[in-house]
Amino acid sequence: MSDKSAITLTINGHDHKIEVEPRRTLADTIREDCGQTGTHIGCEHGICGTCTVIVDGEPVRSCLMFAVQAAGKKIRTVEGLATGDTLHVMQQAFMDNHGLQCGFCTPGFLMLAVGVLEREPNISDDDLLDVLSSNLCRCTGYQNIIKAVRAAAKAMRGK
Amino acid sequence: MTAPAKFVGRSVPRLEDRPLLLGQGRFVADISFPGQWHMRVVRSSVAYGKIKSIDATAALKLPGVHAVWTAADVAYIAPIPFRLTGLKTLEPYRQPVLARDTVRYVGEPVAVIFADEEYLAEDAAELVDVQIDPLRATLVCSYQPDFFDHVVSSEPGVVRKGYGDVDAAFRTAHAVVSLELSIGRHSGVPLETRGAIARYDQVRDILEMHGAAKVPHWNRDTLAQMFGRKRESVQLFEGHVGGGFGIRGELYPEDILVCAAALKFRKAIKWIEDRREHLIAANHSREQHHKIRAAIDSAGHILAIDDEFFHDNGAYMRTHAATVPDLTAAMLPGPYVVPVYRAVGHIRLTNKTPCGTYRAPGRYESSFVRERLLDAIAAKIGMDKIEIRRRNLIAKSAMPYALGLETLGTSIVYDSGDYSALLDKALALADWKNLQQQLLKRRAAGDKVGAGIAMFVEKSGLGPFDTVRVEIIPDGTVEVITGVASLGQGVETAIAQICADALGVNYNNIKVIHGQTDRIDKGMGTFASRVTVMCGEATRLAATKLRAELLEVAAGLMQSNADVLDIVGEQIVRRDFSSGPALTLAELAREHPAPLSAEATFESTHMVYPYGVHIVAVRVDADTGGVTIERYAIAYDIGKAVNPKLVEDQIAGGLAQGIGGALLEEFLYDGNGEPLSVTFADYLMPTLSEIPELSILVTEDAPSPLNPLGLKGAGEGGANPVGAAIASAIDDALGRPGAVTRLPVSPQRLKALMAQT
Repeated sequence: MSDKSAITLTINGHDHKIEVEPRRTLADTIREDCGQTGTHIGCEHGICGTCTVIVDGEPVRSCLMFAVQAAGKKIRTVEGLATGDTLHVMQQAFMDNHGLQCGFCTPGFLMLAVGVLEREPNISDDDLLDVLSSNLCRCTGYQNIIKAVRAAAKAMRGK
Repeated sequence: MTAPAKFVGRSVPRLEDRPLLLGQGRFVADISFPGQWHMRVVRSSVAYGKIKSIDATAALKLPGVHAVWTAADVAYIAPIPFRLTGLKTLEPYRQPVLARDTVRYVGEPVAVIFADEEYLAEDAAELVDVQIDPLRATLVCSYQPDFFDHVVSSEPGVVRKGYGDVDAAFRTAHAVVSLELSIGRHSGVPLETRGAIARYDQVRDILEMHGAAKVPHWNRDTLAQMFGRKRESVQLFEGHVGGGFGIRGELYPEDILVCAAALKFRKAIKWIEDRREHLIAANHSREQHHKIRAAIDSAGHILAIDDEFFHDNGAYMRTHAATVPDLTAAMLPGPYVVPVYRAVGHIRLTNKTPCGTYRAPGRYESSFVRERLLDAIAAKIGMDKIEIRRRNLIAKSAMPYALGLETLGTSIVYDSGDYSALLDKALALADWKNLQQQLLKRRAAGDKVGAGIAMFVEKSGLGPFDTVRVEIIPDGTVEVITGVASLGQGVETAIAQICADALGVNYNNIKVIHGQTDRIDKGMGTFASRVTVMCGEATRLAATKLRAELLEVAAGLMQSNADVLDIVGEQIVRRDFSSGPALTLAELAREHPAPLSAEATFESTHMVYPYGVHIVAVRVDADTGGVTIERYAIAYDIGKAVNPKLVEDQIAGGLAQGIGGALLEEFLYDGNGEPLSVTFADYLMPTLSEIPELSILVTEDAPSPLNPLGLKGAGEGGANPVGAAIASAIDDALGRPGAVTRLPVSPQRLKALMAQT
């Protein structure tokens, strides 16, 4: 245990002034201290990717980052993807292609795919498969996820 | 009279998706109550031993730590009772909520911490000093049962099933084929770990548990009984559930502990499991060793099957009791004519995590064993592995086919099926002839490639009943209230589709309420691929009843006769003239003084039996022992698909889990019973890279005669025979029939296999 530090986390454009222990993970902080429970925690050791968020443009496993490390950076979570009632093309593509069943891993896949495609819109299909192999899903068997991401990639490039 | 089907049979979009995509899910960890305490479990680090002492002094000194409980604090709580297949003889082997004087597996709860905050509770757990005198752990369920400890044998029970004179059949057989086969220990491992939050409302005297799943009503009744409370004073609430697969939602020690603590401390108590805990404490499954033999005639017909198996259930008998070995023995014959049959299943205890069901429980195992046997018979008499199957299949004309065996309180009668027609369709789907030619060419060029096949019969639609209430609420929404649960598979969509057709409304105007014990008094929950069949038919019955009532009420208001009225979309209209007056459901509900609702129960004493064929082509890497799945084709007869796309989703998801168990996933232990698979880095689940593109053919050739829509279940056919099919393909790739005798076929095992000549 240790003393808490005062930090500001900027999540989806909103500032959250909070006090956290230095050891507190970004994932727990986003969920518990900032109340954004859309980011889920699946393993807490950086393998399943369920907790993926975008930090300064990079997909990051928020269970492997401390909240204090994310202070002053721009954090994006699943709650920030849609615009009003309009789903992000990635969300829409997941819906259209049955890219989810229970929905627990979904926020992580959405943020991973969006983060990668924003950075690298023309990513090759092989590289895309490689990237998406870094997150786990237990329900879908993945084929509908890759279909969804390919469809969204096309739409994002077309914009 | 109801309208023709508008929604049943169509792949309409899922109703569940929007909140899940927006990050608005309500999974168990997302639920919090003001002033809640966090519970952390202190677990045994020893596989088998006597507890000498538990010293929590240091933990209790941390500010914000409120209490530490050990077995003495929960001595009044009985061990967790069985939910299914609960033989009386198994009762001494139930798990206490906290270990008393003996620990029996690494991960067994020995104490619990209650603290203000999660991190603090974990700190405190580290400070609890647990002294255990280790004893020699039993890790293999050996052929001879021994004493598990001084009190109990390592064999709490034996499952026996069969018919006919086995010895006579083997005496007169043309040939006998014998195999020894093993299935590795693995499990459902949902991406959401377990969790539970209990709170006690003193004013209303109600104990609530949030984070329920799968079987909320059964768990409510059991909790009420365990705590000596009125059933109505215990309420369970299901939120979103991050995958079930058999394992999630059973009553575990932690669920009891949060409830006991909420009652004692009058605080909301929250427990969220971490991944390491999940991998050592939540139900494992599948581990079995079989010694099977078949008596055959000269044409390859099966005359008899005799199987003796050893089911490693880990350290205790949990809620499923003998369910898995029972289903293994009952479903082993599969789609073939087996004139004489005997299965003897030894339920054995070991010092490993206790076991329960996992998607296609007992069938993943028995399909592996049976289909290995069919391949071995083919090899024995020099026959093609397709032909040997075709020759032994139960004919369509023999349906309904009474197997002469019982399981889950029902006698097994295959209700309908045309197995041989589905085999043809599967072979066409996989382009089997061309595939064989391509593989032949590639093998000639030195590639280790091969194809495998496996057939199976699934079971689904377990009764005994399901009750549904359909209600029109004053804003015009239709609510379907049911006692089933959702594990992410699309329950809300499928049930809404059935209701929509029976009532005449749009499916997206229907809200399906599930897993809330305060909304409906009884329910059977979600397991055994039962929901679409049982809840679906109950929904159809209730909606049909409500439709008649709505038309009757509307007739009065519209000064008309019910028989000229119809429900179209959200309106009640006159059939006889299209421009006539109309009444919306909302108007009707507001006009009517009493609630507009109807309840119906569907009872069924028999299960329904879908069936399928899996075909797979693999490539074996001679250097690494890695197996690449190149193609996979599944044909599955569902009787009637309510939403074909959802059926395909179930099959695809099941396949991925089946591949995990066939090639990757295994809970391993060292010689002292220390678990070695405690993170996702050492318990390997398939990723996108390991899952092939899949061809799925869903057929409706054999509707069930046991319900009017002809429904059968979809949940488990994707997983059922995957180990069997992949083993068959690897044999073929190695050119060595019968080479694979054990799952998972890990690279190490496959390399070792290739090194044998």
